[in-house]
Amino acid sequence: MAKTILAVDDSASIRQMVSFTLKGAGYEVIEAVDGQDALEKANQHNVNLVLTDINMPRMDGLKLLELLRNLANYKNVPILMLTTESDSAMKAKGKEAGATGWLVKPFDPNRLLEVIKKVIG
Amino acid sequence: MSTDLEQFYEIFFEESSELLAEMEACLLGLDVNSPDLEDLNAIFRAAHSIKGGAGTFGFTDMTEMTHMLETLLDKLRKGELQVRSEMVDAFLKAGDVIKDQLAGHRGDGGADPAVAAEICEELKKFTEEISMSGEDVPSSEPVIEEAAQKEEQVVAQEETSSATDVAAQTVFHIEFSKEEMSAASLENLFSNLNEQGALEDQTVPSEDNICKLKLTSASSEEDIWEMLAFIVDPANLKIETEVAASAEMNAPADVDEETVESVEEDASVKSHQEAELGYGFFPGSPAAPNDAEDEASVPTPSSQQNDNANKKDTVPNAKSSGNAKSTASGETSSIRVSIEKVDQMINLVGELVITQAMLAQTASQVDPVIYEKLHSGMGQLERNTRDLQESVMSIRMMPISFVFSRYPRVVRDLASKLNKHVELKTVGEGTELDKGLIEKIADPLTHLVRNSLDHGVEIPEKRIAAGKPAQGTITLSAFHQGGSIVIEVSDDGAGLNREKILEKATERGISVNEGMSDQEVWMLIFEAGFSTAELVTDVSGRGVGMDVVKRNIQGMGGRIEIESAYGVGTRISIRLPLTLAILDGLSVAVGDQMFIVPLTYIMESLQPVAEDIKTVSGHGRVVKVRGEYLPIIALHEIFNLCPNVTEIHKGILVILETDGHKAAMFVDDLVGQHQVVIKSLESNYRRVKGVSGATIMGDGKVALILDAAMLVMSSQQESA
Repeated sequence: MAKTILAVDDSASIRQMVSFTLKGAGYEVIEAVDGQDALEKANQHNVNLVLTDINMPRMDGLKLLELLRNLANYKNVPILMLTTESDSAMKAKGKEAGATGWLVKPFDPNRLLEVIKKVIG
Repeated sequence: MSTDLEQFYEIFFEESSELLAEMEACLLGLDVNSPDLEDLNAIFRAAHSIKGGAGTFGFTDMTEMTHMLETLLDKLRKGELQVRSEMVDAFLKAGDVIKDQLAGHRGDGGADPAVAAEICEELKKFTEEISMSGEDVPSSEPVIEEAAQKEEQVVAQEETSSATDVAAQTVFHIEFSKEEMSAASLENLFSNLNEQGALEDQTVPSEDNICKLKLTSASSEEDIWEMLAFIVDPANLKIETEVAASAEMNAPADVDEETVESVEEDASVKSHQEAELGYGFFPGSPAAPNDAEDEASVPTPSSQQNDNANKKDTVPNAKSSGNAKSTASGETSSIRVSIEKVDQMINLVGELVITQAMLAQTASQVDPVIYEKLHSGMGQLERNTRDLQESVMSIRMMPISFVFSRYPRVVRDLASKLNKHVELKTVGEGTELDKGLIEKIADPLTHLVRNSLDHGVEIPEKRIAAGKPAQGTITLSAFHQGGSIVIEVSDDGAGLNREKILEKATERGISVNEGMSDQEVWMLIFEAGFSTAELVTDVSGRGVGMDVVKRNIQGMGGRIEIESAYGVGTRISIRLPLTLAILDGLSVAVGDQMFIVPLTYIMESLQPVAEDIKTVSGHGRVVKVRGEYLPIIALHEIFNLCPNVTEIHKGILVILETDGHKAAMFVDDLVGQHQVVIKSLESNYRRVKGVSGATIMGDGKVALILDAAMLVMSSQQESA
């Protein structure tokens, strides 16, 4: 069965690019527009990996990370955060909130697939 | 084999435009004295999102500008810097530049790089104020922070090390490949680095492909890295740091310097190896790959290869482009569809409506008792067709806020230019109208708003003298009325001056008389060559414009009206049909021809008595309707037809009204009221005077749609 990835980003173009790339590689993709939306969708679906932007309206990626880690079925689901190169402080916060790893923005489709493959195959 | 990132450009463009508009709206609503953190966050997010997209899709010019914006906004929202109105101005200008850059990438104009550079510089100045004012830059020792996430032991060191003088100079050894780099970008890079501190070129002549630089600077490693990453492919970039002597001197004496340094160096090298990869995992975190650390620090050949391909070519596996054609997710609540598809659908529905009408007409001729089922079926078909038509038409409908949202900026810029205080109120932004109308209404409306601001609202001194609040108000409102939509621009300004307008009109050779109603006098300002402004400003009023506004509105099948009271204000109303594709019309017969008269122009229809019809020598015939003499338009004469009746009192007169002028149109008979689908005559045949379009009737015949406004106007000219 195809693995499901929850892609969270408030930017529709990035979301579409991510979704297109991942679907092309055979993953199921669920899109969410912000943390709040993602949290609701995470509750409705079985997700194998979460890919989240940090800076989003309503609920940011860090809060989402924290709340997801509080859910029993998301304790061990890999969560990757998308961050900008200079955000080393953000990486530290992400780690604290329970992120599995980070991916630097901007990224190209190959790199995205490479990382995802490393984590969930 | 490459994923074409271009396929995402369009959505990125649209998204960025929306974000820019949102940013602008937030900026305009921002209270400089006590800025709302939510607003600042929203503005920051908009810049951040555009930057992310621009970076991903390779629009570097936009990345640079949004990066500057983002940096400054970040400081503002963190309260490290106070918002000032100059900043808001700079932000707005930056937004304009990004808009131009966006247009450039869309292949439509473009931004002036000089202007962009100037605004970048301006933003930079604001950003730098903070560093100069001595307030602390969060950390000029990023190495330490970065290391903190990986090596727990460093955290312990951090506290002591961060005491290091903020202004410490760091020596950076920068290494990158010059291959594939243009001389211009190299030069650009050197000059950028030179600004950061002392630069030394240590390139070894034998390997002149590799550029080696030594930079001594107070800037953080991140800043340097970022600056370089804009120009140099990060995959080929290496930066190593070495704490300069001055920093070591300033470091607390009780710390083992060597340890600090080696740990820092170690961590920094590692972190940048990871940065080269563009990702990393936190060891020990949930679900991290077991080999996370190894893989992250030792790039595998395959990942190395991908890195080199990075940013220019994107090489996904072959399946990706074939498999997933559809990119729209079922999860999202709206989809983007090209306007052509919608228009095609509207056209098809139009055809369906015509076919349905034809069937209905044929079916009406058979005996309803025998064909009862056919009749009930036809009834249902009619209802379904109407519902379908309505819902398809609603796809093209957009809220007028799309147009209204541009005016806060227009008013703000103009008001400050004219030294007036003006508040813009909008009412009924949610009112929907056809997308085609939305696009066309923007220009005339802009003109009206500017005109209200320039000629309507007075300067504060005058307002106070007149007992009004110093701040003027311009209200934009939109609402439905009957089958049309009304858009009003009203101001609480000086109002129109009847005497002045009459005087001016006489001066310009426009025919006037004292007996004209106020309504007629106000309409004079829409005459070509009319301007009441005492001074011609660059804002509005070159004598061209208002007449163009009127023409544009009429071109959309709309009407314009003015109400005004001297000293109190002016209200200009634009009345538009709800859509351009369908028209409510009255069908009239002349001989064997059928014509459609748009319902909006019709006041009444009547059968005149012979005594009321008079012939005025040289001016044709007129008819007396309720004490008023109206010129008669004989349709059969205009279109050279053979009518069934030639004596006017035996036929029907349809009284038309436009712009306060009336005329009576003589036809054989009234046939009925229809909703007709407008077909362009111009694109199918050619333009015909007095005809605005055509439609296909239920019986399959073509009927012409009359240009009522034109007919009335030409009858006025004849009788004048």
